[in-house]
Amino acid sequence: MTRRMAALPAALLVAAVVLPIVLSDYRTGRLAAVGAYFIAILGLDLLLGRGRQVSLGHGGFMALGAYTTMILVARHGLRDVATIPVAACVAGAAGLVVALPSLRLRGIYFALATFGLAVSIPPLAQKFDGLTGGSTGIAFYGSSHETGSGGSVRLVGLSLSHTQWTYALTWAIAAALFPFAWWVARKRRPTTLLAVASAAYAGVAGSLVAIDLAFFSPNAIPLEVSLYLAAAATLGLYGSIWGALLGAFVVEYLGDLVGQIPRVPASGPGPTTFVFGALLVAFVLARPLVATISRRKLPWRGERS
Amino acid sequence: MAGFAAHVVTGLASGGIYALLALGLVLTHRSTRTLNFAQGELATLSAFVCWALTAHGWAFWPAFGVTVLLSFGGGFALHGVVIRPVEGGSPVGVVLLTVGLLLAINGLDAWIWGAGAKHVHDPFSTATVHVAGGALSKQSLWTAGVALAVSLVVGALLARTKLGLGLRAAATSPVEARFAGVPVGALVATAWGLAAAVGAVAGVLASPTFGLEPNMMRTVLLYAFAAALLGGLRSPLAAVVGGFALGVALELLDAYVHWIDGVLRPPVAFALVLTLLLARPGRLVGPERWAA
Amino acid sequence: MPLLELRGLDARYGDTQVLHSVSLTVDDGDFVAILGTSGAGKSTMLRAISGTVRSSGEVTFEGERLYRRTPEGMARRGVAHLPQGGGALRALSVLDNLRLGAWTQRGTSARDLVHVFEMFPMLYDRRRDRAGSLSGAEQHLLALGRAMMAKPRLLLVDEPASGLEPAVARSIGSTLHVLNERGTTIVAVEQTAGLALAAAKRTIVLDAGHVVRTD
Repeated sequence: MTRRMAALPAALLVAAVVLPIVLSDYRTGRLAAVGAYFIAILGLDLLLGRGRQVSLGHGGFMALGAYTTMILVARHGLRDVATIPVAACVAGAAGLVVALPSLRLRGIYFALATFGLAVSIPPLAQKFDGLTGGSTGIAFYGSSHETGSGGSVRLVGLSLSHTQWTYALTWAIAAALFPFAWWVARKRRPTTLLAVASAAYAGVAGSLVAIDLAFFSPNAIPLEVSLYLAAAATLGLYGSIWGALLGAFVVEYLGDLVGQIPRVPASGPGPTTFVFGALLVAFVLARPLVATISRRKLPWRGERS
Repeated sequence: MAGFAAHVVTGLASGGIYALLALGLVLTHRSTRTLNFAQGELATLSAFVCWALTAHGWAFWPAFGVTVLLSFGGGFALHGVVIRPVEGGSPVGVVLLTVGLLLAINGLDAWIWGAGAKHVHDPFSTATVHVAGGALSKQSLWTAGVALAVSLVVGALLARTKLGLGLRAAATSPVEARFAGVPVGALVATAWGLAAAVGAVAGVLASPTFGLEPNMMRTVLLYAFAAALLGGLRSPLAAVVGGFALGVALELLDAYVHWIDGVLRPPVAFALVLTLLLARPGRLVGPERWAA
Repeated sequence: MPLLELRGLDARYGDTQVLHSVSLTVDDGDFVAILGTSGAGKSTMLRAISGTVRSSGEVTFEGERLYRRTPEGMARRGVAHLPQGGGALRALSVLDNLRLGAWTQRGTSARDLVHVFEMFPMLYDRRRDRAGSLSGAEQHLLALGRAMMAKPRLLLVDEPASGLEPAVARSIGSTLHVLNERGTTIVAVEQTAGLALAAAKRTIVLDAGHVVRTD
């Protein structure tokens, strides 16, 4: 890796350590969410930048990962961290199921299929409520030795709150997954593989969200999130690490930003959704121009699509 | 058995809405090769406009008519402003653009009219018709009837009129059509206008039963996609028939198979989508020159 | 006044200049054959006239200088361009293809359809079939039929008989001759001289984008 490339994981590591110390638990929690979105968007970037396909269902894959974690911890007593790889596999398997019928056809059928997935997950979760707790959701309150929730966690001699712990976990995993994604993107890969990897990334992200919240329900990740993630990956000029980071921050904080605009009602999702959509439309329209600019500035890009 | 008839009628009513939306999807797909993810939101927007007109004192039918006309114009303009510039670009880009439109229109609806459901009283009567000892909802009959009528009108337009011939030519072989003197650009925009108008009908029909709120067409879009896929996204006839059939099938499954209830409709439609994709020949072959 | 006048027509594909200052005059009722080897720019010349490719230079039709030309716009003016292979709309039926030919005409086209079917009975037999299912020869005839429906003032036809059996080629040649007799001005592009000698009144030869011989 060039020095510029190595700088990023190093910077992430530093941020992971410093920020939660100075920020409140609430703010730290939001930064943990940013981390989860970042992982999901990395997955989208892989698929979008290299495979030229978009997933409109990454929220659904996240939900699958989240439910995997919740079910394994709450009903089977596994350690939360141990469920993360399982969540990745479950989401990846779902990605395969969706990818196989749709990617064999030329065109954008994968987007259609993933959209269907995103719309279908909440009803499925409600239906199989024996497993998922239905609409009321599922929570885990294990002892801190199992889950770290509810109490503080001891890590390298420091006492961390639950949120600080999930924050650290999230960003550590993000830092590890980024070079892996870079490695996957280096060569041409079959699009199906990219789709599965992309879904797996989302599964990890969902798992981390569940660990942070210690709770999950069918509407914890609504359809909007899938669309926001796709929009954020696009806005972040897919293929670029800075873009993925920017996209993650936008997904989490755009609502706040929009609420700051005078005469825009801060309550209600309408204006935020509108701005997201308008930005995406404007971006795609301006893309030829943006592409020329970005090609010069941003590192870590595969073949430009 | 009377219950069965009532279920079929209800299924035809919701199926009619799926059919109209699917028809719009096929029209936009054939003319511009893109999946218009904003189709549902456009229909919702039209429904809000119609409601707003009636809230301002307009009678239903004039409001409906004006809404359909405005929607046609809106679809026509939308194509020119937002779709035409990216028509030659990557398909993923255009899909993302329509997703952006989905979000923007959805957000706009919520911004202007709020996220709660508006009460829309049935434009057709709330009475029931008694047939064979069972009660059929007049509302459902009217809905299914209007959907069928609009589908037939559009079908006749496509098959028998000069405009329809031009639309079909522009959709299937735009290059050759231009040599024949067909103004392909204008006709493609017309197809989008037509799709928006058909969507407007769907939205207005859906308001009383599905509840008029910004997310009204969110899952319906999935059903419409499934119906459109039945015709390979190419056949308007198959999309319409598929829509009605899907509506009835979902309703009957819901009513008669115990472990499937209303909640499971989206997953059923999703499974149908995957199955249809699996069943298609390896490459989308067909009369079109260009790939999907 | 000539029907069509080209002056100093230049055309390029990318960096390659394909037509060099081509000039040509076509009178009403003419039948001009344009010959040349492949790559000489013959097709490009027709495309430049109909506006399918960009070109610089003067194109004057019916005394009017035409600046920005498009195929559909030219078709509405009465200039029909039949590209190589005929340009049939493969997804539509034969009948639809013919009806499409009359798209620029006002009023109904039923009588014109009858004339076309009289001239090409085989098209009548296959009128409901998809145009794409026709053989190459039949598609050429379909293209001619479509052109007849359009009743153009000027017909630009690109290799009307290429790849066809001599018998079919002759039949196409005689069809064009009949059209010309009935008043349609024709500019036909060809690689071989067969059609030219048979039906055309004038011959032009293009070589590497230059007009090298005219009658």
